[in-house]
Amino acid sequence: MLYRAHVLVCNGTNCSLKASPEIQKEFSRLLPEYGLDKEVKVVETGCFGLCEYGPTVVVFPDGTFYSGVKVSDVREIVSEHLYKGRVVKRLLYQVPPAAKPVQVYPEVDYFRHQVRVVLRNCGFIDPESIEEYIARGGYQALGKALTAMTPAQVVEEIKASGLRGRGGAGFPTGLKWQFAARADGSGPKYVVCNADEGEPGTFKDRLILEGDPHAVLEGMALAGYAVGAHQGYVYIRGEYVLSIERLERAIAQAREMGLLGKNILGSGFDFDVEIRLGAGAYVCGEETALFESLEGGRGEPRIKPPYPTDAGLFGRPTVINNVETLANVPVIIERGASWFRTLGTQKTPGTKVFTLTGDIVNAGLIEVPMGITLREIIYNIGGGIPNGRQFKLAQTGGTSGGVIPPELLDVPMDYDSLAAHGSALGSGALLIIDDSHCIVDVAKSFSFFFLHESCGKCTPCREGTLQLHRIMERISRGEATRTDLENMKALAQAMYVAPLCPLGQTAPLPLMSTFRWFESEYLAHVVGKTCPAGVCPVDGTAARAAAGCAAREV
Amino acid sequence: MGKASLEVTRGAAACGCAARTAAGNAREASPQDMARVREIISRLRDRTAPLLPILQAIQKEMGWISEEAMVEVAEALGMHPSQVYGVTTFYTLFATGPKGKHVIRVCASAPCHVPGAGAVLEALKKALGVEVGETTPDGKFTLELTSCIGVCGVAPAIMIDDQVYGNLKPADIGAILARY
Ligand SMILES: Cc1cc2nc3c(=O)[nH]c(=O)nc-3n(C[C@H](O)[C@H](O)[C@H](O)COP(=O)(O)O)c2cc1C
Ligand code: FES
Repeated sequence: MLYRAHVLVCNGTNCSLKASPEIQKEFSRLLPEYGLDKEVKVVETGCFGLCEYGPTVVVFPDGTFYSGVKVSDVREIVSEHLYKGRVVKRLLYQVPPAAKPVQVYPEVDYFRHQVRVVLRNCGFIDPESIEEYIARGGYQALGKALTAMTPAQVVEEIKASGLRGRGGAGFPTGLKWQFAARADGSGPKYVVCNADEGEPGTFKDRLILEGDPHAVLEGMALAGYAVGAHQGYVYIRGEYVLSIERLERAIAQAREMGLLGKNILGSGFDFDVEIRLGAGAYVCGEETALFESLEGGRGEPRIKPPYPTDAGLFGRPTVINNVETLANVPVIIERGASWFRTLGTQKTPGTKVFTLTGDIVNAGLIEVPMGITLREIIYNIGGGIPNGRQFKLAQTGGTSGGVIPPELLDVPMDYDSLAAHGSALGSGALLIIDDSHCIVDVAKSFSFFFLHESCGKCTPCREGTLQLHRIMERISRGEATRTDLENMKALAQAMYVAPLCPLGQTAPLPLMSTFRWFESEYLAHVVGKTCPAGVCPVDGTAARAAAGCAAREV
Repeated sequence: MGKASLEVTRGAAACGCAARTAAGNAREASPQDMARVREIISRLRDRTAPLLPILQAIQKEMGWISEEAMVEVAEALGMHPSQVYGVTTFYTLFATGPKGKHVIRVCASAPCHVPGAGAVLEALKKALGVEVGETTPDGKFTLELTSCIGVCGVAPAIMIDDQVYGNLKPADIGAILARY
């Protein structure tokens, strides 16, 4: 059936929290009233990315972009726009409020500077419909690989593309697949999709799975074909209720169409996918801990080597990739490695999905070419810092990453450039913090995170994270001495090497990174017994903290 | 003040066991319906690596996992009870004692902290009259802290059971609690 217009209502988690399901119901209720139900189709989509201004509604074919839509606005959109063809100006996306409203989707600054590869379908298709995915070229890559490429050619293509893992470490994906392809084939091999996404500030995997679950499944099937695996697992956070639902439906649809299961597309290749839920432990995102958890044990990391490609899940060769990594795979196979290499940088081709949070005008999900500068992200796409405040720092790579001060705003966002400055690209979390915040107070939330998430298996991490947090608390209360600072540095040195897994080894990093760039602010707390931002309950400012800034105690 | 809640006592807030003991002490652990536990076991035991799915099902359907349930699971899977106990206590989403009817989890990670999660936590504590890790006397709510729950786009955020609430201000708390 053909429709004159499509109304796309975002139903990502962030927009759903702002009543998007009610908005959709209201459209469905009002369209028949205007006799439009045969002409206009309402489509529930995944996240557009502009979460700060949700719920968003886009009307195609014209691409009119409405933001901050309320249930009570729906009647006006139906009666004015859909019925009479007059755009409802007052609901157009408009940020900051004084700026000229932008009418058409691609013109919105937030989208204009983005390049959407991974998010190509997010917000454009109904994620619960496999037909819509296929209509936009979905499962063509799988068809192409199964009919016209050998597994080795698939591995070669991914290698040539230069794709690097998007889960944090940036390991070359093609190389990983090659190791697994060449590993012992006397028993089963596995493909695991890491959807545990626990890094604070990261929610891209959730929105990819909510917005385009088939892209991830297709990526997994391609990985399976490339390395000779027939079973895949998606390990996903138990809290991601909507992603789990959508993924379950997608798997069922793919099975029904013969795109998963036995003898896919008549090629003789079998591949199926099962979902396993996490139970609330950040460390389970670490690949070997994830295997332990998938096997039904405590999610404690294993000592490497052996690496997963030799002995991973159930002791068998395993490819484990992040959701975003896998979502890149079908496009690379379909359009070719050399196309992929036209995006991003020489050493890190492609795009990266970032999640923007904190003191930024447009918080949400963005996708940009690797190597774009932090300044471009914050000011061109993010819309800058709100409330007339100044940029103080950005934390890149989530709580396990490091801090970027104003001096480094022009740093290119890729694995190597950020590592050179003691920070990390990590999972793509970007927390922007303005000058109203105190560095000690922020760092204290980092130390609390590691304390909370340490699994307790090894002493340096279990005890070290506790001591680090205690020192941070003393600093914030104005009770710390210079000895505390020295102890913290010495402890950090030990913790870089002694813990069993990267969780403990990373714990001191964000603290040391804040210390490196904001030492004088630490000293103000320790020596001067003042909190320059007036946030911490040090002597003299405690009264203010008690009165209004309890906020900052978490 | 939010301070007290994050004053860390060894092994307490750090791993969430505080919540369990507090709730456990508050009420005598009632014996679990073992027939239901056995039903869950028989439904899931033939899956690959069935332990976690079984524990998840018990947690979801019964709200917590009792010692008797752990022993039953261990016997069914040919494991030692201490192994099952070890797994159960490892994960934050498993409770070894009854909790309140609704569990409120406040995200304490940096992206929620920066826009004011602390003030939201204070408002919750005040409205409920409990500290972090405690259950209200009527058994209706348990208050806990959590790390990032992946909805930082609408920080600060909390979760009540499976439902997420975002973009919170302290003033929103009353209306949210009134829904339960
Ligand atoms: C403490 C810790 C937590 C991690 N959490 C995640 C996670 O939530 N998601 C993820 O994809 N990778 C995570 N990783 C990285 C994984 O170990 C692994 O490198 C990744 O899944 C590999 O996939 P990729 O090559 O596609 O990035 C984590 C690593 C550590 C040390
Ligand atoms: S930091 Fe609170 S939800 Fe992510």
